[in-house]
Order: sequence, then C-alpha cells, then structure tokens
Amino acid sequence: MIKVENINKTFQEQHILKDVNALFEPGKVNMVIGRSGSGKTVLLKSLVGLHDIDNGSIYFDGRDFTKLKHKDRTNIRKEVGMLFQGGALFDSATIEENIMYPLDLFTDKTYQEKINRANFCLERVNLEGVNNKYPSELSGGMQKRAAIARAIALNPKYLFCDEPNSGLDPQTAIIIDKLIQEITHEYDITTVINTHDLNSVFAVSDSIVYINKGRSWWNGTKDQLLSTGNKELEEFLYSSEIMQKLKSRI
Amino acid sequence: MNLVYHLGRYFVFVWNIFSRPEKYSVWLKQFVKEVQSLGVSSVGIIILVSIFIGAAITIQMAYNITSPLVPDYVISLTTRDTMLLEFSSTIISLVLAGKVGSSVASEIGTMRVTEQIDALEIMGVNSASFLVLPKVFAFVFFIPVIVIISMFVGIGGGWLSSVLTDAISAQDYITGIRLAFIPYYVTYSIIKALAFAFIIITISAYQGYYVKGGALEVGRASTRSVVYSCVLILLFDLVLTQLLLS
Repeated sequence: MIKVENINKTFQEQHILKDVNALFEPGKVNMVIGRSGSGKTVLLKSLVGLHDIDNGSIYFDGRDFTKLKHKDRTNIRKEVGMLFQGGALFDSATIEENIMYPLDLFTDKTYQEKINRANFCLERVNLEGVNNKYPSELSGGMQKRAAIARAIALNPKYLFCDEPNSGLDPQTAIIIDKLIQEITHEYDITTVINTHDLNSVFAVSDSIVYINKGRSWWNGTKDQLLSTGNKELEEFLYSSEIMQKLKSRI
Repeated sequence: MNLVYHLGRYFVFVWNIFSRPEKYSVWLKQFVKEVQSLGVSSVGIIILVSIFIGAAITIQMAYNITSPLVPDYVISLTTRDTMLLEFSSTIISLVLAGKVGSSVASEIGTMRVTEQIDALEIMGVNSASFLVLPKVFAFVFFIPVIVIISMFVGIGGGWLSSVLTDAISAQDYITGIRLAFIPYYVTYSIIKALAFAFIIITISAYQGYYVKGGALEVGRASTRSVVYSCVLILLFDLVLTQLLLS
C-alpha cells in the first residue's frame, strides 16, 4: 500500500503539487487522471523519488520514503518496477539483456537462472522469441510489453506506469492495459497508472484519483466517476465528442 | 555565478561517479565493452592522423632546415621529439575529444531524454557510476596504448615521406630518431594523455548527463562537450608541461 500525505512540490516559482493526498491499495489498478500539465507526472516521479518533494510524506507499506536514508531508499526502489511513457529500454542492449539488467545487479542467480527468469517474463507478456532483438527492431506495443517484462523481472511490490498506452493504437492500448491489470491481480502488486485515456480508466481501473491544478481533486471508483457532480471533473470527462454523446444518452 | 554552479555540479558528479560502484561482474562486463567502443575503435583514425602528420612534419622540417651546417638527421630528430612531446598526447587528445567526447555526450544525453537514466535510478542503481565509471577506467586504461601507437606510426609516417619525397635519406632518418633519445618524454606524454582522457570522458559525460529537452539539446551538449574538452586539454597541457618539464 502507498499512502501519500500532503505532499507539495515547487519548481523555481511554480507550485506544481499542492497538498496532494492519495491512497493506492495493493492488488488494485490505481489510476491517476487529469489534464496534461495538471501535475500527474510530477506526482508519479515524486512517488518513486526522481523528484524530491518540498514537504509531506510518502509511505510504502508504512515506511516513510521521504525520511529514509539513501541505502533504505535504494532497498525500496528494488521493490519498484516502472513503465515509462517511451518504454525507456536500453537501446544498446538486446531485449534479453534489458530484462537481465536488474537480475545481474541485484541477484546472485546463475546465468541460466537469469535466462530462465527473462524467458518467463517475456512469456508472461506474450513476447516470446525476441530475446536477441534490439528495442529499435520492435514495434511500439512490443517495446511497451518488453518494458513491462523488465519491470516485473524482480517481482516488484509496486508498479508505476506513466501513460502506458500513449502513442499506441486503441487495440494495442487495451492489450497493454489488460496485461497490467492481470499482472497486478496475479502478483498482488500496488499499481499506480498515470493516464488521461478514459478508455483505460473504464476498462481496467479499480480506484481513481483526479488531479486538477496540482491538487487531488476527487477520488473514487469508475462506477462513481460519471455521477460525481464535480464541475471540474465533468469538464475533463466530457471534453471529447464521444463522451458528450455518451452523456446525452445517460 | 553560472561558472561556479557548473563547477560545483561537475565535482559532485565526479564524486558520484566514484562512489558506490555497482557489482564487480557487471562493472567488468561494461569495462570490456567500453575498451572496445572508446579505445579499440579509435585506433584506425589515430593511425590515419598520425601517419599523415608525421609525414607532413618531416617534409616541413626538411623545407625549413636548409643550412648546410645543420646535418640532415636533425629533421627526423625534431620530427620524433614533436611527436613524442606534443602531437601524440595533446593533438591526438584533441582529435579524440571530437570522436570519443561527442559520442559519450550524445549517448548519455540520449539516455537522459529517453528516460533510460531515470529507469536506472528507479532500479536503485547509481546511474552516474554505472554509466560513466567503466568509460573513465576504459579510456584511461587504453589511452597509453593509443599514444604509443601514435608515436610509432607518426615517426613511421615521417620515414615514409622522407623515402618517398627524398627529403632526407632513410639512413639519416634512422640516425636522427635514435639520437639523443630521452625516455622521459614518453612518460611525460603518457602522463598528459591520462589527464586528458579523464577530462574528455568526465566533461562529455557531465554535458550529456544533465541534458534537458530533446534531440536539439543533445546535439548542443555534444558540441559543448567537444569545445570544453578541447579548451581544458589546452589549458592542462600548459599546466602539466610547466609542472613536468620545468
């Protein structure tokens, strides 16, 4: 479980996150939604420690990440998997080497055991037979799946995904969403996904936090999402034509 | 103020490179890879540049030393000492700042803008050390080999030009390069090259590591890395020469 309490983050004069509170539960797909520029990515990067927050607390199963020493932070990071918007696979390494990096660095497994684990992860994301290919030789969807395979290589307790289906066609996007959902439920991972894709929200989310102007504006589930009575959230939800048509039918 | 900021951040960056190195087996694998990509792959261009410059120096010396009072072997003696003292360390390092420096800055810069460095950080890896330390050690380890190759090939290039253009006889050339040889010149040259190798890798890696933006900024960082490396090489050439030869 990840608990976020009153976190604030400023960049120079800009106050990006303002007293953000949220609770991300294990075994659930927790989605952070909001417009571009609302502070979602800053929140996600603050959660994993890529940005140092100004004040507030982030608890990983009771451990306050913001107050931990470097070594203890590193230990938590070993429990974290992250899927970046562009995949962030190491392009000078093959897919197999990419997945084996965390295993090389943090385990004492034999070479064969690492190969077996890499193959298992690739099978799990339905991406067999690409072990010796380089990331540039794969399609966008395949790169995302390879990045998920790398993220789960060390059996993470926490999985963070930044816009996992950006740049993908709707069919591939839903495959990626379903894959993340399956992995989350199967391994009881605390998954946090940043998105503004409402298809994803309605397809796989278990809980939702809406971020607006740097604040945690609303939280709930997808069943509650269409009837919140919250003006800003409704503006965000019904900004597309297809959602407006849906609203008129409701 | 900006200079102080960058200087401070550079030293912190260098400190991070040398603190908390990753697992030895992973480090060794990276080291071998970097020796190949930064060192061995530079040998071709070094041979090419050295052979032509050695040849050109010999022809210029022959052209300038026309007095019948100066023996011909002085031409090859000066060619040898030019190669040993300045060319094979300083000029070759300037060439390498262009080849290796730009490659390191663009590689690390691209990793930064495509979030590959963030991915390493999230894994709990000291990314500065993981990416840069093997490059520093590999290049510092291999640069003496490059310098010595350049010395031999440059002097060989001079011999070739003397034979082909008849500037001096091959016998005089051989006499000159064997005359008054001071072994310390080789040591001096290698010491300088070690310092330059460190400058090239750390400056270029620093430029790449802190890139913000996209392809344009990576390109700019790559250019900056070459310019700053060259300026620092020239500056340290002066300092080290004063320290080691005075």
